[in-house]
Amino acid sequence: MKFFRSHVLVGINETSLQAGVQDFIKALRNELAKQNLQEEINVLETGPLGFFGRGVCLSVFPENVNYQDVKVEDVPELVEEHFLKGRPLSRLQLDSAGKFTPKFNYDKRIVLRNSGIIDPESIDEYIGAGGYEALEKALLQMKPADIIAEVKKSGLKGRGGAGFPTGVKWSFTAPLDAPQKYIVVNADEGEPGTFKDRLIMEGDPHQLLEGIMIAARAVGATKAWIYIRGEYKLCIERLQKAIAQCKEYGLLGKNILESGFDLDIDIRIGAGAYVCGEETALIESLEGNRGNPRWKPPFPGVKGLWQAPTVVNNVETLANVPFIIKNGADVYLSYGSEGCPGTKVYTILGDVAHPGLCEVDMGTTLRTIINEYAGGMKKGFRFKAALVGGAAGVFLPEKMLDVQMDFPHLNEYAAVLGSGAILVLNEHQSVVDMLWSILKFFRHESCGKCAPCRNGCQQLYRLITKIKKGNGTMEDVDLMVSIAQTMFSTSFCALGQSPIMAVRSAVDHFKDEFIEITKK
Amino acid sequence: MYLEICQKYAPEKDNLIYILHDIQDTHPQHYISEEAVQVVSEYLKVPPNHIFGVLTFYTMYSTKPRGKNIIRLCESPPCYIKGSENILRKLKTQLGVETGETTKDGLFTLELCACLGVCGNAPVMMVNNDVYGDLTEEKVEDILARIARGNQ
Repeated sequence: MKFFRSHVLVGINETSLQAGVQDFIKALRNELAKQNLQEEINVLETGPLGFFGRGVCLSVFPENVNYQDVKVEDVPELVEEHFLKGRPLSRLQLDSAGKFTPKFNYDKRIVLRNSGIIDPESIDEYIGAGGYEALEKALLQMKPADIIAEVKKSGLKGRGGAGFPTGVKWSFTAPLDAPQKYIVVNADEGEPGTFKDRLIMEGDPHQLLEGIMIAARAVGATKAWIYIRGEYKLCIERLQKAIAQCKEYGLLGKNILESGFDLDIDIRIGAGAYVCGEETALIESLEGNRGNPRWKPPFPGVKGLWQAPTVVNNVETLANVPFIIKNGADVYLSYGSEGCPGTKVYTILGDVAHPGLCEVDMGTTLRTIINEYAGGMKKGFRFKAALVGGAAGVFLPEKMLDVQMDFPHLNEYAAVLGSGAILVLNEHQSVVDMLWSILKFFRHESCGKCAPCRNGCQQLYRLITKIKKGNGTMEDVDLMVSIAQTMFSTSFCALGQSPIMAVRSAVDHFKDEFIEITKK
Repeated sequence: MYLEICQKYAPEKDNLIYILHDIQDTHPQHYISEEAVQVVSEYLKVPPNHIFGVLTFYTMYSTKPRGKNIIRLCESPPCYIKGSENILRKLKTQLGVETGETTKDGLFTLELCACLGVCGNAPVMMVNNDVYGDLTEEKVEDILARIARGNQ
């Protein structure tokens, strides 16, 4: 084993690839060799680093110095200053004043604990980090019923949106006597502002695969599908590689680890429809149909894909499973808040000093997330609201900054937790304008199957456009709330039931803005 | 030609979405013609109306001929708040087309799309398979010029 003085982690993602990260790495390695530092400085290609900078981003450990927008031309200066002379190059640092370094709480992470540390394209690194130990335990030491009992005990709730207890979901499918059962992974992440699943898959694809394997073992499925959106090219590539590696290592296929358990995992690519994030619509799409949701019951757990019992789980949910099985439910229960164990991955966007991602305990307040993980508000801006949960989310005003973010505390707003998107607005930005953009999105994405959603989304968009232009009245605002409420009560699936959250929270917490704009 | 593409996949309905992707990606005008629908229908033994239904449901498919390069600008809230409308205006004037139209030289088609999941770098657009983030009006000009040069 070689020891290095410093490790340079280079984030490989869509943005950095486009900024020419491959050329950059080549240049960096050449320059280090030229200075005879190749034995001292290790260059690692990895997944998401935990902050979003421009262009090519680097994290240097153990110094914990972060750079952004580094170009090939900068390489000689960077190597000379930082690696030869040991002075971080402030010109390129994430925060040039050097005051803020993103908080990497790796000791408190579950699903992102390897992300940005190991090479996501290497199964050996995943195994080296303790990967596939949970699978071994699940296959060789536990019965399927034990796995389900452990997951139930852990209190893991679905991270897709609804927050349904995962163990309970599995327990519906496990006892059914069927010739074929399926696991379907919902990786069709389409909620605006949400991309935590992309980061999980890009950063640590094997962890998801291990979660799928354990879930399949628990419910008796022998085939799993990952339904992923076509735009996530890098995720698809990495998952394909990971699946091929597993086959080579005998972790997929027939008689895995000589336990008699068979499993195949395949990737299916979506074609761009928000509604396909709804589990029954997703199943329809997998079967080669329009992505219209199905009537429930029967639930997919009983009759899903090709009428076979099917467990549909979100990426983040499954990524939690290996940790629970390996360490036991009791360890998992020590994370998070009372009544809501575990962690949650958030992506923080908008007018904060350092947009980024974080994984924190369930129940962490919005204030902590913004201040400690995103460096507070951007200089010169004041907090006005945070749109939490994307388009199907809620506007949280300043007075709600200290609410614990977990399922029990957000109660009526709990569904927004799944997506984990936090979009921060400053005092100059208009909530009405944001609501317009949200309702425009819903108008486009309504699948058209049921009348309340199909017509309701049109009417909501018409009303908010009128209000935005200054031609509306407070009656229009009330009508909007009442339409959204009707949609909530009568729509076929969660899509039509969602606009009420954004509409009601905007009108409740920012009424002044509506009064102001309708007065004109 | 369409039949050859179909034959890469087993004649089962759940391959429909794949076959349509393949046909569209390999067509120089990036669309799915009526003729293609007929061929797929016969191959999969699925009525053409079902295929047309699927085709028009998903935003990634087009039933109209499109340009050589497809620009998809995100208009979802996180990009909207970062000024995607200004970028749209810039794209329209630069290309001389409205949303959904193709430039006269057939080089670009301008489309809007929903969240691409790269919101950390909003505003964002995709040109074919490449993502471009942190867009500014100058950057857009530069990207378009670069692609146009590459296509000469």
